Amino acid sequence: MRAFTILSGKVLPLDRANVDTDAIIPKQYLKSIRRTGFGPFLFDDWRYLDPGTLDIDPATRRVNTDFVLNRPEHAGATILVARENFGCGSSREHAIWAIDEYGFRCVIAPSYADIFFSNSFNNGVLPVVLKPNEVQAIFEVVANDAQAEISVDLPAQQVRLPDGRAFGFEIDAGRKDKLIRGLDAIGETLLQSDAIRAYEAKRQATAPWLFA
Amino acid sequence: MAGKTLYDKLWDAHLVRDNGDGSALIYIDRHLVHEVTSPQAFDGLRLAQRKPWRLSANLAVADHNVPTTDRSQGIADPISRAQVDALDANCAEYGITEFRMNDARQGIVHIIGPEQGATLPGMTVVCGDSHTSTHGAFGALAVGIGTSEVEHVLATQTLVQKKARNMRVTVRGAVAAGITAKDIVLAIIGNIGTAGGTGCAIEFAGEAIAALSMEGRMTVCNMAIEAGARAGMIAVDQTTIDYVRGRPFAPKGEHFDRAVAEWKHLHSDADAVFDREVLIEAASIKPQVTWGTSPEMVLPVDGRVPNPAREADATRRDGIERALRYMGLTADMPITDIVIDKVFIGSCTNARIEDLRAAAQVVEGKRIAGNVKLAMVVPGSGLVKRQAEGEGLDRIFRDAGFEWREPGCSMCLAMNADQLLPGERCASTSNRNFEGRQGQGGRTHLVSPAMAAAAAIAGHFVDVRGA
Repeated sequence: MRAFTILSGKVLPLDRANVDTDAIIPKQYLKSIRRTGFGPFLFDDWRYLDPGTLDIDPATRRVNTDFVLNRPEHAGATILVARENFGCGSSREHAIWAIDEYGFRCVIAPSYADIFFSNSFNNGVLPVVLKPNEVQAIFEVVANDAQAEISVDLPAQQVRLPDGRAFGFEIDAGRKDKLIRGLDAIGETLLQSDAIRAYEAKRQATAPWLFA
Repeated sequence: MAGKTLYDKLWDAHLVRDNGDGSALIYIDRHLVHEVTSPQAFDGLRLAQRKPWRLSANLAVADHNVPTTDRSQGIADPISRAQVDALDANCAEYGITEFRMNDARQGIVHIIGPEQGATLPGMTVVCGDSHTSTHGAFGALAVGIGTSEVEHVLATQTLVQKKARNMRVTVRGAVAAGITAKDIVLAIIGNIGTAGGTGCAIEFAGEAIAALSMEGRMTVCNMAIEAGARAGMIAVDQTTIDYVRGRPFAPKGEHFDRAVAEWKHLHSDADAVFDREVLIEAASIKPQVTWGTSPEMVLPVDGRVPNPAREADATRRDGIERALRYMGLTADMPITDIVIDKVFIGSCTNARIEDLRAAAQVVEGKRIAGNVKLAMVVPGSGLVKRQAEGEGLDRIFRDAGFEWREPGCSMCLAMNADQLLPGERCASTSNRNFEGRQGQGGRTHLVSPAMAAAAAIAGHFVDVRGA
């Protein structure tokens, strides 16, 4: 997996709470059996004026110029900022694949849905939790200057604003380490194969019906 | 030392290793697989030249993409067909048990797991689907996972998890006549909000929960995720044990007796301490109808649509305004004035036999209203369908003007041909009323099967208790 250390970049201000994964990537794109190709369909229902499917070329669709993702001043943003409970609803990992492929490496919000939060780490995208007033401060910075760059420093666990303000954030030590080193989660777990086998042997002795 | 919660007991029993960094390696007993979230995981296995760790832990079924109409010609949409074909091919390649589309046991993954006895008390159950919380109804630890985690479970039979906080929602006393499990869980979500259970495992408790059948308990746990909790669960009691006994994958004979002896410990200790407790009086719960685009936007059927002018918080006010606009509703209008176009009775929330019986009881001898363009019943599995037909429920629905379909996820998320058109309004027994969930521009109102049936007959929402 790709490593994450320090990211400096422009911000996309998505001023909504409860952004669900159906909104992040609608169901018709979940029919793809590939892991890539979802970036052009990120926020599809908000981003385009006419409906889309996997076999319609997005370049032929009418763009909703009012939607923040399509505003020219926000082009090239790598940090997505939103309100509470981001990524709620379906477990679809396609949501984070779409966010990642579009070009975001980090999401900042006051809170996330649990499954989306795990999926983000598993794809090398950092979900940062800041306090609501700190998230509000970022929205204000971007409202004043869409070109403003903020800095997300994972080793220091800090988000820094251009005016010098810095907001600390919490993250599990294990997740932080995996992200900084870009570790393969399955490879790491398989190092524990003996412990898994020992667990199975013990469990099978007391609850054999689980291994039928 | 304080006693353990049910969640603590399940966690401890599956702990392979504490990583010492806030995470732990947890053993997974049952992995349910469907076509939408697994193809990339199987590809990952192939790329890394890994094999499934324990084949017998896996059970696969195609449910999201399958048509609910005549299946003799296969799946018409080539992209849906390719996804179902990929599941068939992956299961064949690795030797994973799969109920294929034309198998009588095929159905929605969260319906067939319990129906087959593949979901057992005390298990850890995972699936690449957020509604995996359903299986917690059996005193199991059941969580929805992403595709990377599907691959991780296939390859290692474990998951790296952070222990959640303990939350208990107690529904005290008895519900009034005509109040169902769906009304209970919608009322809970309305009370605690869609992020109310974030970071928590919720145990549902109290007399009103204990009085539910297994079908009703599954409905409640199914929507724990709509309250933000990855896992919902209910203690094991005689109702649980009676349901499991004799099912194809359940233990038999002496193993069953040994299992029951262990399952009887699957409840929170009397002195267990919860990080958060919520108490709801069962008698206060009325039939529920969602009005907005989040499950927490829910009201009793005798309520009125909210007025954003009365909301002080700016983000929330904005959310209400956006929802009213999307839903095409006017502030302060009575819920019972909302006129519907379509009715969907189905989904992993409400497509079990008890749900179909409740709806059939309401529609028996009546006809759907003239303004209802389509009313459909999609049984949760081939076996539920067969049982319902044996009881004559299909005839009752058909006589009332409903369509009687083949099992699958169908219009809950509209990945197959069953979809709302832009602007269409649906009374739905499913679990999510998000924008576009049942079709782009479609408008979803979540209700119980009985309330959906009553709306089909009246053409608008009505209190099923007076209908």
